[in-house]
Amino acid sequence: MTPPQVTPTGSAFAAILAKDLRAELRTLQSLPAMALFATTTFVIFRFGLDRTSLSGSLAALLGVNRLFVAEREEGGFDAIRLAPIDRSVLFAAKATALFVYLAVLELVVVPVFAVFFLDSAAALAPLAAVLVLADLGIAATGTLISSMAVHSRARDLLGPLVLLPLVVPLMIAATGASEPLLAVGGPGYERFATWLAVLSLYDLIFLLVGYAVFDFLLED
Amino acid sequence: MFSKGLAPLAIATAVTLTAAFALVFFYAPLDADQGFIQKIFYLHVPLAIVALCGFVAGGVFAILHLRSGERRWDAWSYVAIHMSVIFGVAVLITGSIWAKASWGHWWVWDEPTLVSFLIVFLMYATYYPFRYAIEDPERQARYASVFAVTAGAFVPLNFIAVRLAESLVHPRTFATANGGLPGSMMLTFLVSLAAMALLWVTLVKLELTAKSASGQLKRLRRAIDAPVAGAGSRIAPEVS
Repeated sequence: MTPPQVTPTGSAFAAILAKDLRAELRTLQSLPAMALFATTTFVIFRFGLDRTSLSGSLAALLGVNRLFVAEREEGGFDAIRLAPIDRSVLFAAKATALFVYLAVLELVVVPVFAVFFLDSAAALAPLAAVLVLADLGIAATGTLISSMAVHSRARDLLGPLVLLPLVVPLMIAATGASEPLLAVGGPGYERFATWLAVLSLYDLIFLLVGYAVFDFLLED
Repeated sequence: MFSKGLAPLAIATAVTLTAAFALVFFYAPLDADQGFIQKIFYLHVPLAIVALCGFVAGGVFAILHLRSGERRWDAWSYVAIHMSVIFGVAVLITGSIWAKASWGHWWVWDEPTLVSFLIVFLMYATYYPFRYAIEDPERQARYASVFAVTAGAFVPLNFIAVRLAESLVHPRTFATANGGLPGSMMLTFLVSLAAMALLWVTLVKLELTAKSASGQLKRLRRAIDAPVAGAGSRIAPEVS
């Protein structure tokens, strides 16, 4: 009887590594998307958006990705397709859920921020208006993108990849509106109305787009 | 079915492009400040405008696809976005050359027009991995259309937001505060813009014709049980 042959660790390592690299080279599944994601985040950081909105939106990305995963894994999509309801209801409900998550997140973050950085409490009310509009926009685009990404193979990568550039105008407007509000020595209101109008326009357009195209994402 | 009118269109494009370059080099006056390098303006700005309009056109074709369910509109949408991404690369390259020559840097980060174009470009760069990650061709077409509609709505919005975020050095071509462009420059610019737009349409039609030809070839080969050469692209829509 011959003793069992043991493959040397080194050649096993080399074989698995070679297999992984070859698979990636042939399918190109993760590398291009990773490179794009790196570039996008780099661009956003370079654009000098303020840090609170950035951390908020990065947190939102995590929540957004989970939004439809359970639905898909546990067959919720099929159930909703069977039910005699308007499909857009799903969009509305999911977007509202995301909006609530974001609002809860900000209820925790904003007071902490206010205690440390804010001179006067007068800025809190207009700041809340800005945040509500920004959340609404993220909820609309986030729901739309997440419902698209959940059916793809690389959903963990694709969702943030598409969403990140999409929310840039929202972040620009939110930053533009809140920067004078948070200025040292009391809130300022330069171009506050303009920025609010941009935020509302963004919300309106993406809520309408979401409402209009959501049907097509559920069909099969 | 896509090749109809391609030949006259190609001729019109060649004539307009030649006319545009003739005007750029022999007619348009030299810029007082920037000198010769300013002539890249007649390439850079039309390319950018055509690329952005092409992205929006991709969204419109996508709406047609979603409404009618005809695969050929998905092909139109795909090729329109594909061509605009290529034009976008040219915009970034010509823009960098111009920036290096007139501002002294290849890229200026606090310049909203540049960054916003880059964001739109990156957004559309995700169109390819997105299509690639969905296997079922019918669903791929439908989702790609939803993507194209969403992104098409995003293009003008992004520019509104960025325009408002005030720009410092990027020239406003049609700003009328300082009188705008002189007539001879304006004429040259408009001819260049028309030439670029024609070039875009010609290339889109050419690409569609090529796709349809190879699709037909594949079907004929299948019909006579001949081996089908190559696997073909998994993300480009097949057209008849």
